[in-house]
Amino acid sequence: MLQNLTLILPEMILFLGAMGLLMIGAFSKGDATRTVNLGAVAILALAAVTAGSFGNDAQATAFNGAFVMDSFAGLMKVLTFVATGIAIIMSQGYMQREKLARFEYAVLLLLAAAGMGMMISANDLIALYMGIELQSLALYVVAAINRDSLRSTEAGLKYFVLGALSSGMLLYGASLIYGFSGSTNFVEIAAAFQPQDGVLPMAQVLGLVFLLAGLAFKISAVPFHMWTPDVYEGAPTSVTAFFASAPKLAGMAIFLRIMMTGFENALVAWQQIIILLAIASMVLGAFAAIGQQNIKRLMAYSSIGHMGFALVGFAAASEAGVSGVILYMTLYVVMTLGTFACILSMRQDSGPVERISDLAGLSQTRPFMAFCLAVMMFSLAGIPPMAGFFGKLFVFRAAIDAGLYSLSIIGVLASVVGAFYYLRIVKIMYLDAPADEVNEPMPRELSILAGVMTAFTLFFFIYPSPLVELADMAGAVLMQSDMAATEELHQHLAGH
Amino acid sequence: MTDWPLLSTITFLPLLGALFILLVRGDEETIAANSRAVALWTTVVTLLLTLFMISRFDGSSAEFQFVERAAWLLPGIDYAMGVDGISVLFVLLTTALMPLCILASWHAIKLRVREYMLAFLVLETLMIGVFCAMDIVLFYLFFEGGLIPMFLIIGIWGGGRRIYASFKFFLYTLIGSVLMLLAILYMHWQTGTTFIPDLMAHGFDASVQTWLWLAFFASFAVKMPMWPVHTWLPDAHVEAPTAGSVILAGVLLKMGGYGFLRFSLPMFPIASDLFAPMVFAMSAIAIVYTSLIAFAQEDMKKLIAYSSVAHMGFVTMGIFSATTQGVQGAVFQMLSHGWISGALFLCVGVVYDRMHTREIAAYGGLANRMPVYAAVFMLFTMANVGLPGTSGFVGEFLTILGAFQVSTWTALFAASGVIFSAVYGLSLYRRVTFGQIEHEGLQQIADMDRREIFIIAPLVAATLIFGFWPMPILELTAPSIDALIAAYQEALAVHFGGSQ
Repeated sequence: MLQNLTLILPEMILFLGAMGLLMIGAFSKGDATRTVNLGAVAILALAAVTAGSFGNDAQATAFNGAFVMDSFAGLMKVLTFVATGIAIIMSQGYMQREKLARFEYAVLLLLAAAGMGMMISANDLIALYMGIELQSLALYVVAAINRDSLRSTEAGLKYFVLGALSSGMLLYGASLIYGFSGSTNFVEIAAAFQPQDGVLPMAQVLGLVFLLAGLAFKISAVPFHMWTPDVYEGAPTSVTAFFASAPKLAGMAIFLRIMMTGFENALVAWQQIIILLAIASMVLGAFAAIGQQNIKRLMAYSSIGHMGFALVGFAAASEAGVSGVILYMTLYVVMTLGTFACILSMRQDSGPVERISDLAGLSQTRPFMAFCLAVMMFSLAGIPPMAGFFGKLFVFRAAIDAGLYSLSIIGVLASVVGAFYYLRIVKIMYLDAPADEVNEPMPRELSILAGVMTAFTLFFFIYPSPLVELADMAGAVLMQSDMAATEELHQHLAGH
Repeated sequence: MTDWPLLSTITFLPLLGALFILLVRGDEETIAANSRAVALWTTVVTLLLTLFMISRFDGSSAEFQFVERAAWLLPGIDYAMGVDGISVLFVLLTTALMPLCILASWHAIKLRVREYMLAFLVLETLMIGVFCAMDIVLFYLFFEGGLIPMFLIIGIWGGGRRIYASFKFFLYTLIGSVLMLLAILYMHWQTGTTFIPDLMAHGFDASVQTWLWLAFFASFAVKMPMWPVHTWLPDAHVEAPTAGSVILAGVLLKMGGYGFLRFSLPMFPIASDLFAPMVFAMSAIAIVYTSLIAFAQEDMKKLIAYSSVAHMGFVTMGIFSATTQGVQGAVFQMLSHGWISGALFLCVGVVYDRMHTREIAAYGGLANRMPVYAAVFMLFTMANVGLPGTSGFVGEFLTILGAFQVSTWTALFAASGVIFSAVYGLSLYRRVTFGQIEHEGLQQIADMDRREIFIIAPLVAATLIFGFWPMPILELTAPSIDALIAAYQEALAVHFGGSQ
């Protein structure tokens, strides 16, 4: 029992912290938003430290194998919690200026973080579903946090309806899988899902496909991406910054874990689907972004495209692929948060602006902000020596190793198309005459964050090995995790 | 050899200068003046260091020298720098052209001087890096990274259609390069390393070579540029500021040829042999066709741009003739074209700074008011045509000689291209400098001032010295090229001997 509790310590911290902060917020006289935000960041930092202090090679399970903790989970949790913390810091000033500052926001984000931690560590369909729902419910609410705005409530509602649909699909898939394997545990599912003569029975494929669709929705892979542009555009920008970062990480992490452990033997059945999702996401992300006028919508399509690139490494279904995805997602989150730090700074005296054309001539009016955003754009486009290039390098390396040549060729061509719209933003900032639409100075916390992210993105190439090694290790652990978990499960069954 | 990482110092020194420029404070005038000064001094010191390196370079060896190697990205993907007889000269070309470019922009660039100098210094680091990289991923990093500053140089300080030109430049080059990236990843997977000497020694399967060769070709053919993917070049050249054109023609185009020599020929000899006829055909078309197009141009820069494409045709022809003369000629042609075309763009820049038009018809009779200019322009036009006694002749002669041993027809077409280049070159010269001054604005035009003469003088010297006495260059490159050709022939002999 004690081991169970130590393993879920990060989630416990988040959960209890959220409760505590909720009490502070509810019972304090006057506005407690600032206190609650600070407290939430501290709690997230603590949770990240606990998650990160987990041993490197060991793997341990809790609650009869429903919850697993290993260095993959540790790394992903640290990243998720840090991203959530940064999202809270970035939201502080924005929410205040937009008169949206409410202490519930940080509490909801903490709950979402707890849900994401649960997702990342889930080793059982029930745990997976609990984690996803805990996360999603919190996200539905924060999408609509600007309740007086039509667009924000619309975004929240859309997200909720489509999210419920996808949860339904996920549940339906899970129930089918349970029906065929007799278990909800990933390790036992792996034993049941064995293709015969290279094909999986049709009914099992059906369950798998429903599950895949539900998970693809969470990471907004095409064709389950429809909610993304509307929600990104409608939600307050600071919420969008959060949506684009941490939940994507957690979604990708659980997606990786369930496929690599639960359905490792059914690779033939899901690899093609992942390839298709990857191609569709990359191509749609690249082409649909070209015509966008709103920078938040553009970032939505950009994130769809990036999920496609991450899925390229996924499709390789190898150790190199998994570590490529981990590296890609890490860099993606850094770039996204850096970009949003700039987008959040796009303000006039009258309020925030979000048209791309508002950035015209920014390099002359706000050189620092323009420089940060330009570095992010080149990095998102995957131009060396920016960090984004290395993400692409690693996922395509895995795809080439796995012999997925056509996927790789389509992928790199899509990245060239994508480069066009990222370049367009650079062009508007550097090549066009100043429009002076963005005339408020960059808030201090945002400029610090943007500066840090930019420095990281720009200088990553000098010393990339620490992060690469971490990703490699996490990837290796995930690919070998089934061994340790299987052993533990057998011991557990023998005990009964 | 000393332990001091000389190559890294040369490569990253401009970046240090860029950091200095970032720290410059003051009003706009001060910033501009200081940025210019810092950029000039940085490039001059870089040039001096390069000269020092060349003085220590062992010209009798085919090995990579000044090698540095450190763990970097993954096992097998290292930070590795080194130069051999081929690349060392390109490093020199780059570092020698840069101070001239800074000087040429001294007065021409008035807007956003700090950013301009920053972009040039960053570009210099990336260009030197391309020629020094001994690891193919590192090479790619520098190769692609160069797109960013060049995009900004064309886009911010360019002419009327600068945005179109900068996008075209960027996307054209990028699309070729991403395919090369996949090929690089494949090679890494096959061999477990991206260290260039190891890859040269590896010997890929013949069928694999075909695909890898094509992927590399996609990148280098666009960069070169070869017909029919050359169309970005005239646009980029026309819109770029003078110094941008000089760097583009002088150094960036050479990366394609350098890539062929460094990767395609030694790593994929069988595929190179297989595709050589295709390259010959494309080169011959490039030489004849773009020369004809050049003749029809009304814009001086566009004319020189098309002539660059034609001259690069000689380079590809020479490289894929895979003979010692052909390859030596190609290297020589690339270097000599580096300073000749650079000088021609500077010549256009001289009159453009005065008249703000590049249209040929807007000039005429310049010899009357600008005797020095007329003489300099004449020299470089002749060098561009390939007049014996100028460095332009040596390269063309050697490449044709090399091609003649392999494909008579190609050599024949290429030789006819020399005549065409005389047609457009001389006609350009006649229309700009001879006759009477008919345009009002030209009545008061001033001859080249001391700064301009100072910039162009080293290029005049290089053209004449290496035109009469090409041996220093040929001798320096000979060991590396001999080794390359020997390995190439051996690989072919093994392949064809084994398949019989």
